[in-house]
Amino acid sequence: MWHSLTSDQDLFRDTTARFLDSHVPLARLRKDYRDHPAGFDPAYWTSGAELGWTMCLVDEADGGGSVSGRGAVDLALIAYEFGRHAAPGPLVDCNVVAAALSGQAGDLQQSVLGELIAGSAIASSALGAAPWQRPGEASVTIRRDGDDVIIDGAVRPVESGKQAGHLLVTGRSEGGMTQALVPVDAGGITIRALKGMDVTRRFASVTFDNVRAPASALVGEFGRADDHVSRQIQNAAVILSAEAVGAMDAAFAMTLDWAFHRYTFGRALASYQALKHRFADMKSWLEASHAISDAAAEAVADQTSLAAETASSAKAYIGEYGPELAQDCVQLHGGIGVTYEHDLHFFLRRVTLNRLLYGTPADHRRLLAAIQIGQEHAA
Amino acid sequence: MSDLAISEDLRDISVEDFRLRARAWIKANLGPIQPWDISQDCENDEEELVAVARDRALQRKLFDGGFAGICFPREYGGQGLSPAHQRAFNEELVGHEFPSRFAVPTFSPCAAVLLEFGTAEQKAAHIPAILKGDEVWVQMLSEPGGGSDVAGATTAAVRGQDADGDHWILNGSKVWTSRAWWADWGLCLARTNWNVPKHQGLTVFLLPLQQPGVEIHRIERLNGESEACQEFMTDVRIPESDRMGEIDAGWTVGTRWMYHERMGSNSPYVTRPIGISNAAAEGPTPVAIARRVGRLDDPAAQELIGEARELDIVTHALRSRLADAAASGKGNTDSSAIDRLFCGIARVRQSTIAFELAGSSAAGWTEEEEEETGAQGMEFLMRQVSCIGGGTTEIARNVISERVLGMPREASGDRNVAFRDVPRGPARG
Ligand SMILES: Cc1cc2nc3c(=O)[nH]c(=O)nc-3n(C[C@H](O)[C@H](O)[C@H](O)COP(=O)(O)OP(=O)(O)OC[C@H]3O[C@@H](n4cnc5c(N)ncnc54)[C@H](O)[C@@H]3O)c2cc1C
Repeated sequence: MWHSLTSDQDLFRDTTARFLDSHVPLARLRKDYRDHPAGFDPAYWTSGAELGWTMCLVDEADGGGSVSGRGAVDLALIAYEFGRHAAPGPLVDCNVVAAALSGQAGDLQQSVLGELIAGSAIASSALGAAPWQRPGEASVTIRRDGDDVIIDGAVRPVESGKQAGHLLVTGRSEGGMTQALVPVDAGGITIRALKGMDVTRRFASVTFDNVRAPASALVGEFGRADDHVSRQIQNAAVILSAEAVGAMDAAFAMTLDWAFHRYTFGRALASYQALKHRFADMKSWLEASHAISDAAAEAVADQTSLAAETASSAKAYIGEYGPELAQDCVQLHGGIGVTYEHDLHFFLRRVTLNRLLYGTPADHRRLLAAIQIGQEHAA
Repeated sequence: MSDLAISEDLRDISVEDFRLRARAWIKANLGPIQPWDISQDCENDEEELVAVARDRALQRKLFDGGFAGICFPREYGGQGLSPAHQRAFNEELVGHEFPSRFAVPTFSPCAAVLLEFGTAEQKAAHIPAILKGDEVWVQMLSEPGGGSDVAGATTAAVRGQDADGDHWILNGSKVWTSRAWWADWGLCLARTNWNVPKHQGLTVFLLPLQQPGVEIHRIERLNGESEACQEFMTDVRIPESDRMGEIDAGWTVGTRWMYHERMGSNSPYVTRPIGISNAAAEGPTPVAIARRVGRLDDPAAQELIGEARELDIVTHALRSRLADAAASGKGNTDSSAIDRLFCGIARVRQSTIAFELAGSSAAGWTEEEEEETGAQGMEFLMRQVSCIGGGTTEIARNVISERVLGMPREASGDRNVAFRDVPRGPARG
């Protein structure tokens, strides 16, 4: 989180913070949403969309826009508050898909984009092929059949797959990646809810069995979506990283407070050097996570030459140290740290989940390596 | 064009204009970065002295070009510009040679401390000399009895008076002083009062190193290099004009000195390339090591290469964040300990990564291989240096927990006790 924001940005962030405080306090999430099939109410999502949750990465020409003009930076502010509140809702996928549809002229693409911006519908990304995969590892293929395309394969996890109206599916084609926007009720699509670890975020597996879609459903060109996908991964990395940093901040603050008030052997925990040093380590991870999360949002917003590397570094670093920090917080809480009644687990779940989505630390490190190797090859 | 004319032009220059100017000047005047700009360990003393002479000349070149001491006041030969200007210059410097032996500790902490605490005469005598490449400084803090407990110094100065006026007589020993064998001046922390608690009896002195009475021994490190020195001071006379700050108030200087030391190469007073766009310019890369051993296609090796790169990018982001906070006044000055801790741990990890990538080839290597891609086995043996030099990471953790997070201080045996009565280990004087 930046040390200084413009007053517009601060208002934008604060409005969401207050909305989340009043609509989805942890006490409510703990009781009412644990068994909720979607994990959130449609009205909550529509209200959030009105606050600007789904429009930051969309061109103004398509009905989007952001308070500072740097959409990824502004969206990171919202994501940070999502993390601090362990808030429900498919923030990542709706934004990733909305950004992917922005600038796509087709009727289908424009109407789904309109619904996403309004918050009246959900779309999910089914990443059946990813840039960090080696040849043959893609789990979805998309091939041409006359004027149509045929989609085959399976993807998991797909966030809010059961709640989505459309899926942006990514598959491997001859020559490169292809992306298509398909309605969830298209023939041959099966969506199965999965069990998961978050209190409010839901995941599904999606199978595509000979699913036929018209060429007009393509997002970008057939076999040439690699750069689009790469950009979508960058967007996802920014959102997931900022959200994880919010959750890390909350977990750390809670644990620091505990260290001052919990006494053993007649002393506060905060007085033991063995524990003080662990807090110091956590503080350095936390500051580094803030720094790289902010740097990634800026690099992606400005599309600098280091955007992909900075986004992958954020995803890898925070993917590793988010869960490390949260687990250390659990350890320093002792027994109460692993109870459902305590708030800490909300943040542990969030950072752990975020580590796994849109590429693990290992995946992103291989992406970073590929860029380095490519550059040294060219030099 | 005279130096003055250039400086006049720069008085109100915007950061972006300054950057363009710096870019053009650097391209026209500085050659590519050299191995000895990165690793400061030369093969032998002759080579080291060649490198030293070259660094002095390079520093002079910066001065003549109007780019030395960008954040130093104009009255002392600096450019009187902002940290943002220095940062822009440092970013433009990536990939180019630079006077690396001046960066740390001459500019930070030494020149930074001089600027903050020196008298007008001391500043006039030394800051222009540093900016022109005439004076290399070292910091004389650590002693055989201990380095972490900096304020526990036992090197002693006693006040005297003779026909030549007020002066001090210094006796004792400092150790681990990098480069003292060829450097010019030392900033020396000494005990001037044994009858008060340890922080209240210290005074800082400016000490010319190459003089009778200062005997300098070299210390060989386990990798064979010997830049570290131990100085034995015997009845060294220090004129009163070389005392810095008030008598016995040396810890007022000391706390700021520690701050500037932790800022190290992230200090706005330091000229060194900062950036992440050209990893290959910084010495042997993990990619080069993996290629040497034929592991570029190995996914495990790729993860290590990526992690090393990630740590560079995160380090850069963290340093920018802390510098921004310091510049905007929002940072706690003790936040520099976060940088110190993070960088120590990150460099240790990168050393381990290089070692892991090298695999069994780290056990033995040819001269040519060492020249091209380094000696990962030996470098691994020296790995902990990044967590010891410049104050250890444990001390940084103490600072973060106590002064950034406000946790209770450790119990100590030296508070409110006259320093002469403080318990000392057998190694201590
Ligand atoms: C490459 C290099 C360059 C150096 N250059 C210089 C220089 O130019 N000038 C200079 O003056 N010094 C220099 N030093 C010395 C360096 O500052 C000291 O080595 C360092 O501060 C540690 O002091 P020490 O070696 O006496 O270890 P000690 O202080 O004896 O510490 C031993 C161990 O105990 C730990 N420890 C000590 N006290 C505490 C505590 N309160 N809580 C927890 N852990 C503690 C330390 O972290 C360390 O692990 C250099 C060292 C290196 C390696």
